[in-house]
Amino acid sequence: MSAQAIIEAKAVSKWYGQFHALKDINLTVHKGERIVICGPSGSGKSTLIRCFNRLEAHQEGEIVVNGVTLHGRMSNVAAVRSNVGMVFQHFNLFPHMTVLMNCMAGPMWVKGVPAAEARQTALQFLERVRIPEQANKFPVQLSGGQQQRVAIARSLCMKPDVMLFDEPTSALDPEMVSEVLDTMTELARDGMTMVCVTHEMGFARAVADRVIFMDAGQIIEEGTPDAFFGNPRHDRTKVFLSQILRH
Amino acid sequence: MLYPDTVEAEVLVHKPWFVATMFGVVMLVFMAFNLSGTGFAELMRPVIGEPSTSGLYGRFAVGFAVAVIFTLNVVLIGFAPLKLQIGIVWLELLLLFIAFFETFHLSLPFIREKLPFLISQGVVTTLYVSAMSIVIASVIAVAGAVAKLSNNGFAYAIASFYTSFFRGLPLLMQVYLIYLGLPQLGFVINAVPAGILALSLCYGAYMTEIFRSGIQSIDRGQWEASRSMGFGFALTMRRIILPQALPVIIPPTGNQFISMLKDSSLVSVIGVWELMFLARTLGQKTFQHMEMLISAAMIYWVMSICLELIQSRIERHYARSKVR
Ligand SMILES: Nc1ncnc2c1ncn2[C@@H]1O[C@H](COP(=O)(O)OP(=O)(O)O)[C@@H](O)[C@H]1O
Ligand SMILES: [Mg+2]
Repeated sequence: MSAQAIIEAKAVSKWYGQFHALKDINLTVHKGERIVICGPSGSGKSTLIRCFNRLEAHQEGEIVVNGVTLHGRMSNVAAVRSNVGMVFQHFNLFPHMTVLMNCMAGPMWVKGVPAAEARQTALQFLERVRIPEQANKFPVQLSGGQQQRVAIARSLCMKPDVMLFDEPTSALDPEMVSEVLDTMTELARDGMTMVCVTHEMGFARAVADRVIFMDAGQIIEEGTPDAFFGNPRHDRTKVFLSQILRH
Repeated sequence: MLYPDTVEAEVLVHKPWFVATMFGVVMLVFMAFNLSGTGFAELMRPVIGEPSTSGLYGRFAVGFAVAVIFTLNVVLIGFAPLKLQIGIVWLELLLLFIAFFETFHLSLPFIREKLPFLISQGVVTTLYVSAMSIVIASVIAVAGAVAKLSNNGFAYAIASFYTSFFRGLPLLMQVYLIYLGLPQLGFVINAVPAGILALSLCYGAYMTEIFRSGIQSIDRGQWEASRSMGFGFALTMRRIILPQALPVIIPPTGNQFISMLKDSSLVSVIGVWELMFLARTLGQKTFQHMEMLISAAMIYWVMSICLELIQSRIERHYARSKVR
């Protein structure tokens, strides 16, 4: 592929104490690519994407994000992180700030954007996730789906090169899942580079360029959605798919 | 507030057994006290005759009258709405308190004469010492809490040694140690700065623990979200963690401030002219100790009440983002 690599992981291994959480992971995310990571609980999906913005440290191998190698003594981790948006399972909005302020904080405090401009950007992205009317509320006053969309807008305000999603719909009531998935789908249409940990297979089929299946800290299988869902090669993938697609 | 049930319980003070018991107890207590020398017995003269010779009948009548008034009062208050109830009970307790002070036969002109100085010198110094100390203590507390939570060995060791030492020694001793000890090292220090230093260090140690638990109470998701946006440590602390920890930190810190206001009286031992010092010395010449002590006590109380009010305002302010 000729497209520019935004995230490159080479032979990455990570341990939590004695526990080998990531085993020899090789993965390249190209600009504009949409990747869905799935796999059973505890397989290391969160750990992997948290290594991409160094919320977690890896011990072996190399991770390069936007041309910067991540390691324990890097001085520019903030610059890397401000270009990598992350959306969490439990939203992690700042509860003491209004929705608008949640979205303005990053650009203002990290990038030094003037307040008026940050406000403009924030309103624009809140519009895009379809909740401009909630701008002056506090996060607790919003439904789960709305909070997650604010979290997406908050990340987008930083104008990131890539967005990481860690099970963004798992904590939501069923009727709110689609509003968040719609937002993410639109984001993908607009060409955002995305790495999503999710079990929403409909979303994976519709949006993903590549689906990656992890188990026990390893990448077991990867492929296009058609190949992955239509013709899984590994037994563990088949078992996993049969489990989540049963209902 | 306790979480109230939706089913109202019967008002306690309207239950017959409670009213009867209350009546009986009050009557017995006031019969046991000999009130025949008091103004209340004088009021009863038409019923019991000469109070001093009224004997058991007199005691019974006085006890009975007091019990009737008391019980009636409580039962009636039981009918009032909550706010009014609180107000009335406060007022009555206050009146009882004043009646108690009445028995000292305080010289009001003397108080009036000394009060301006007690306030302009004593209160101002007390407030100055406490306010300076609480500010310095808060700064120490933030630093101490961060050090105690860090995984830097030096920082942790120094911070835990500091909190252990200053929480372990009586404050009075710290005041002496700093005032008398520092000159030994070549630092001659005035009484007021010495007092402020002692109070700051002592309260800084307690507040370190308050701040630490406040910081720890914040979900680690907040750190992660903040970090994932590229906020550095200082920014995360100042803009994300501390503002959220404040509602947890403020109630116990308010307590600390109120308690410091009164502990600042300990610096009177090194000759700082604050409220307690003046209260002890102003009345000495004329043996009017009680006047000054009670005035000072009232002033301390009023200041504490002001602080309580300020504290509850701030708490309400921070409760804002919690309301649904
Ligand atoms: N902070 C941690 N300390 C120790 N073990 C951890 C920690 N975080 C995750 N793990 C372990 O690492 C494994 C992978 O976790 P995680 O990446 O959260 O899995 P997934 O997101 O795929 O469910 C799990 O077995 C989990 O118990
Ligand atoms: Mg996970």
